[in-house]
Amino acid sequence: MPEVFVEKVADFAEGDRRIVFHDGSEIGVFHWQGEFYAYENSCLHQGGPCCEGVIMHKVEDVLAPDKTWLGQRFSADEAHFVCPWHGYEYDIKTGECAGNRNLRLKSYQVVRRGADLYVITG
Amino acid sequence: MDLQGNQFQRMSVEEFDTTKLLAHASKQARERGYEKFPIVDVDSHHYENESMAEILDYLDDPVLRQLALAGSRPNAKNARILNTMVGYQDMGGRIPRYGLRNYEKTPPGKHQRDTALTKRWMDAVGVDIAVLFPTPMLALGVHPQVEVEIALSRAYNRWLCERVLAHEPRLVSMLYLPFNDPDATYQFVKEFGEKKGVVGFLITSTRYRPVHANQYMKTYALLEEMGKPIAFHGSYHWHDQGQGMLNRFISVHALGFVWYNMCHLANWIINGLPERFPKLKVMWLESGLAWVPFMMQRFDNEYMMRTSEAPALKRLPSDYMRDMYFASQPMEITDHGLLRETFRVINAETQLLYSSDYPHWDFDLPSTIYDLPFLSETAKRNILGGNAIRLFNLKVGVEKLAQIA
Repeated sequence: MPEVFVEKVADFAEGDRRIVFHDGSEIGVFHWQGEFYAYENSCLHQGGPCCEGVIMHKVEDVLAPDKTWLGQRFSADEAHFVCPWHGYEYDIKTGECAGNRNLRLKSYQVVRRGADLYVITG
Repeated sequence: MDLQGNQFQRMSVEEFDTTKLLAHASKQARERGYEKFPIVDVDSHHYENESMAEILDYLDDPVLRQLALAGSRPNAKNARILNTMVGYQDMGGRIPRYGLRNYEKTPPGKHQRDTALTKRWMDAVGVDIAVLFPTPMLALGVHPQVEVEIALSRAYNRWLCERVLAHEPRLVSMLYLPFNDPDATYQFVKEFGEKKGVVGFLITSTRYRPVHANQYMKTYALLEEMGKPIAFHGSYHWHDQGQGMLNRFISVHALGFVWYNMCHLANWIINGLPERFPKLKVMWLESGLAWVPFMMQRFDNEYMMRTSEAPALKRLPSDYMRDMYFASQPMEITDHGLLRETFRVINAETQLLYSSDYPHWDFDLPSTIYDLPFLSETAKRNILGGNAIRLFNLKVGVEKLAQIA
């Protein structure tokens, strides 16, 4: 099964990411909250390097029980990486586009082999 | 600190580079064969505030120049001559090129910095010729001092002509008109109309002067005689009472950039200016396209009932709009069915002009046009370049000017 070496697990810090190449494509690999996630580094909007953008937690409205608006906060659970070209946001754990959950980046399986980390490309 | 990037493009903050940021755009350009035809971008920007020290050398009024120079010192605090707007174009840091552009290096002495940075993104995306416009000065039309609008825009125009356009054939511009003063507006056309690289004139739409005022007729007549287009460039204005109803920048941006152009277009047509100046070429910039079929339907429907209020018209309002030119960006692409109908009703193959708006946050690449499934190859090439070449009478040879990376 085709695979691409990403990094030594020990050298891939929590919160960090890598971009690897395979057959003309770029794959972004994230280390987030103890898990590894990999997506095609091509924004569904205009093809920007979406996996290379800033990581920001989802912004949420805070409503009272009577539906009045109290303010905003950053989500404690959901984080997004943001395409640096135009701002399309993607859920780091699913690759779903935050603005339209029907849209999703192509994802790849990430596996550990001993001390090494690989992305399955086939 | 390192910016994220692949193993070849990785760069530190200090090494921020547009060519690397746009590497995927260069790949698109190669894959789509942009080297085979010219691409003209009719609405792009630079940040003239970063060249303000040079621009102020062209400001004649010694008192205003002293005020401006005092305001541009690092410790000037609240002293400034250029009005600014509340806004969040960089999305709270989500669009990093806003904060990083000051770190980008350009070759010393070879080009004026604006020219070097502009050519860098043009080469990356495959644009051969760009129509260049300012950024903060898009709000100058609501500056409280008309004399400042005139003085600053004249200094800017002189600087742009002498320091940029005179030296770089791939850059042209439609020069700023100080529309709050009709006489100065006329004088600007006379003064700058024949300068190298001046392909038309620009009205920043965010202002409160009606385009049908009699004082402007001599300017329209002059532009018609010269064959130079007049363009209206959208922007927002959160201090406008109407837009003050909106609590998020997304709303102000989405509505503000079409609001003023809707007003100006309504006045332009209902007051019969297309009948008075039938050969004057009129363009609408940075309002996207979705507003155009709305205006066509709305005004055709009302005109059929209230014909007496627009006695100068000999055709439907939409017929006059089909004679106008529209820049594509920010093109609403989420519904291809609606977009296709929009292209049909505006006669896109001859009237639509590709624009990027680069480096602003909602820029469009040429692929937004080239990848549309309902366009022929001929239509794509007309919209991406051919229409602009004919409209502006650009001299473009067979050689591709953009050095696609």
